Amino acid sequence: MTKQQANWSPYDNNGGSCVAIAGADYCVIAADTRMSTGYNILTREYSKICKLADKCVMASSGFQADVKALQKNLAARHLIYQHQHNKQMSCPAMAQLLSNTLYYKRFFPYYSFNVLGGLDNEGKGCVFTYDAVGSYEKVGYSSQGSGSTLITPFLDNQLKSPSPLLLPVQDAVTPLVEAEAIDLVKTVFASASERDIYTGDKVEIVVVNAAGIRREYMELRKD
Amino acid sequence: MFRNQYDTDVTTWSPAGRLFQVEYAMEAVKQGSAAIGLRSKTHIVLGCVNKANSELSSHQKKIFKVDDHIGVAIAGLTADGRVLSRYMRNECINYGFTYESPLPVGRLVVQLADKAQVCTQRSWKRPYGVGLLVAGLDESGAHLYYNCPSGNYFEYQAFAIGSRSQAAKTYLERRFENFADSSRDDLVKDALMAIRETLQGETLKSSICTVAVVGVGEPFHILDQETVQQIIDAFEIVGEQEGPAAEPDAAAGQGAAAADQGGSTDEGVAPMDI
Repeated sequence: MTKQQANWSPYDNNGGSCVAIAGADYCVIAADTRMSTGYNILTREYSKICKLADKCVMASSGFQADVKALQKNLAARHLIYQHQHNKQMSCPAMAQLLSNTLYYKRFFPYYSFNVLGGLDNEGKGCVFTYDAVGSYEKVGYSSQGSGSTLITPFLDNQLKSPSPLLLPVQDAVTPLVEAEAIDLVKTVFASASERDIYTGDKVEIVVVNAAGIRREYMELRKD
Repeated sequence: MFRNQYDTDVTTWSPAGRLFQVEYAMEAVKQGSAAIGLRSKTHIVLGCVNKANSELSSHQKKIFKVDDHIGVAIAGLTADGRVLSRYMRNECINYGFTYESPLPVGRLVVQLADKAQVCTQRSWKRPYGVGLLVAGLDESGAHLYYNCPSGNYFEYQAFAIGSRSQAAKTYLERRFENFADSSRDDLVKDALMAIRETLQGETLKSSICTVAVVGVGEPFHILDQETVQQIIDAFEIVGEQEGPAAEPDAAAGQGAAAADQGGSTDEGVAPMDI
């Protein structure tokens, strides 16, 4: 008598990759725009990036229905915070809130692999990386999603100093300037699109700096 | 208002068919410092007088942002007002979460009114002692509502509540027909002039009043002190000679005078029956 297996899963994986890189006075958050299921493409133009606060942006890959629910939840909590404190949430504060929100559903998790990027209270770039149940860490750069296994080693090699593999960590943020970081992100997505079938179509790049938030796109392989 | 044997419980009717506890709650609104609201087709302006307990303390917050499209000014027990604002904010957030669109103002005031009514029909509760001027913009246009402790609510073109509000109401009654087509800036000016009416000769400065605006393309926000002072200076120079209307001083504490300040109330008719 073998154990009965579930014939239905509440989860699905919509694929995609996310990257974030923190600099001295900026933060770059990027994600591809392809949404897939199994071997099919659902759409080539879906944004995985969400602005949570004035200086705080989140990119999430995984099950996009859970991602959407998580984003709505955080947006509502942010409104409450603004009513109570009369100001926007800082990126580190949002980072803790995201962690708590994810762990709240420890026994029926959000299937969402997140990177949070933005500026901290002093205007320095910061990136936080998460697992599905809220374990998080402040890092200089991070990648999540289907292409992360291809992207992370490349970033480790190119951004040597903020690498968490060096102990103690030499730099909290990358010494690159904004333009160099954006260029690196474009290179990294172009490479990931070559081998990862779930990454492609377009990459949406969001840059947070003292001037505000701006967005740009780059075309990727459509196959 | 005289103390009598039917006023101990909110759940006790008087022989005349009145609930005195509810009427006493409306008195609390009249004792609070003034709050006024006026609207045009596209904008609503809320204003209030800031009363500080002493020179050492800061003044109480009487205008609250409820959502981008709704704000509220209160008069009476400000603690009750704060709690109701929190309720309103929650309702807006929950509606926005479920329907991804802003909560229509008319719905919110009905929910608020029903919440107030509950407290008039439970022996273990007391009515909220705060009147709310709810200003909001939705698909059907600009709205200004007044919510009573009794659970009644009314829509207004312009209204004033709190102490010495009769002076402001007289001013607004003279001008309200023009409000619908007023520009946003004229509306703010009218609001400040209405506030000035309640000050009984005291100089109007931005430190003793608060003004907030919501309108088409303009989310609800409180104007900062410098902006308000500039507007005040601009029209004081023009030298509007609207003298404050003579009226019985509420500080006299006479029951009859306080009843007069109810404005449109007839003598002997319970205020909540309007």
